[in-house]
Amino acid sequence: MALSQKTKETLLGPLNANNPVVVQVLGICSALAVTVQLKPALVMGIAVTIIVAMSNVIVSLIRNSIPMRIRIIIQLVVVAALVTLVSEILKAFAYDVAMQLSVYLGLIITNCILMGRLEAFAMTNKPWDSFLDGLGNGLGYAWILVAVAFVRELFGAGTLLGFRIIPESWYVANGGFYENCGMMMMPAMALILVGCIIWAHRSINKEEK
Amino acid sequence: MEHAISLFVRSIFADNMIFAFFLGMCSYLAVSKTVKTSLGLGVAVTFVLLITLPVNYLLQIYVLNPLNLGYLSFILFIAVIAAIVQIVEMVVEKFSPSLYASLGIFLPLIAVNCAIMGGSLFMQQRILLEPENVKAIANIGDAFAYALGSGLGWLVAICCLAGIREKMEYNDVPKPLQGLGITFIVVGLMAMAFMCFSGLNI
Repeated sequence: MALSQKTKETLLGPLNANNPVVVQVLGICSALAVTVQLKPALVMGIAVTIIVAMSNVIVSLIRNSIPMRIRIIIQLVVVAALVTLVSEILKAFAYDVAMQLSVYLGLIITNCILMGRLEAFAMTNKPWDSFLDGLGNGLGYAWILVAVAFVRELFGAGTLLGFRIIPESWYVANGGFYENCGMMMMPAMALILVGCIIWAHRSINKEEK
Repeated sequence: MEHAISLFVRSIFADNMIFAFFLGMCSYLAVSKTVKTSLGLGVAVTFVLLITLPVNYLLQIYVLNPLNLGYLSFILFIAVIAAIVQIVEMVVEKFSPSLYASLGIFLPLIAVNCAIMGGSLFMQQRILLEPENVKAIANIGDAFAYALGSGLGWLVAICCLAGIREKMEYNDVPKPLQGLGITFIVVGLMAMAFMCFSGLNI
């Protein structure tokens, strides 16, 4: 793929150096709430990626005809329409995951990543660049979600995507030595895990600051 | 009446927007540097919640439900919130310039605060609950109680965090953990403390 330097930066920057969650601190609410298990986290990551990319393209297409004073309402309506579509599709084809995500699916509308990217990028850039930017930011968000959910599900329930990873025979109930870490299922642990990811991320990328 | 009071107290402590549902986290982390600005944002959030949630409740009961338009709720709610925030901003600017000067910068932010939208979406779920359930919202009074409680819960949470962060200025935190990282961990510990309230029964 022949990508120019700038395009590459737009797409790949948000994955690490300019990550929406750990660097720009956007979209924290849902990042914490849906990460008890891996599956809802994956679905949420994909849904957000699609919605960011699509809304970036749409807003970028109509950016020259949006009056400045009411731009926020217009952006919100575009996003809300897309979120409604995605939530209807999820309810039709993946009902149980849609129920697990509950209000957080609707809360994608107020996810700061969307508004942040629309304001900062899509309002001033061409549709194709905006698409790449949305894709990059969505994926950057998704991988943090998956990383947190991976740790929480593995240690909190001993499973990954519903499959058992830690063998049953290890558990105390079956005469073993292992017990699930109940703390991992609590909301508080998500915050602390994200705090640790930020810690690691900052100490690795220190030289850039 | 008793039900409304219990709903009010529960939504401050047990169902706290921040510690139980992580709603409004972005502005919570960004603005909680000093107690004064936190208080301003907290009051603004409570105020907007108190207007938008009952309005959305009436829309859900008298417009969306009879017409069977439930799937339009996202668009309708967010439009109501954005419009009300804009109106509140203009009214405050006109009648109380001093309040506008202190709240001004936060008001536009509130339109995309998840706590506001989240409040409306939780309200939508709670309408469906049985009336005996402590979480149910059965009438407009309950909607007000829930909105006020959620807003105050948010206010308490952001003021606590701002207080801790002001103190923490003087602490020797490891370099990469400074700022955002330690704030997350502090919020995590506060969430653990607030979990004690989950057994609260009134």
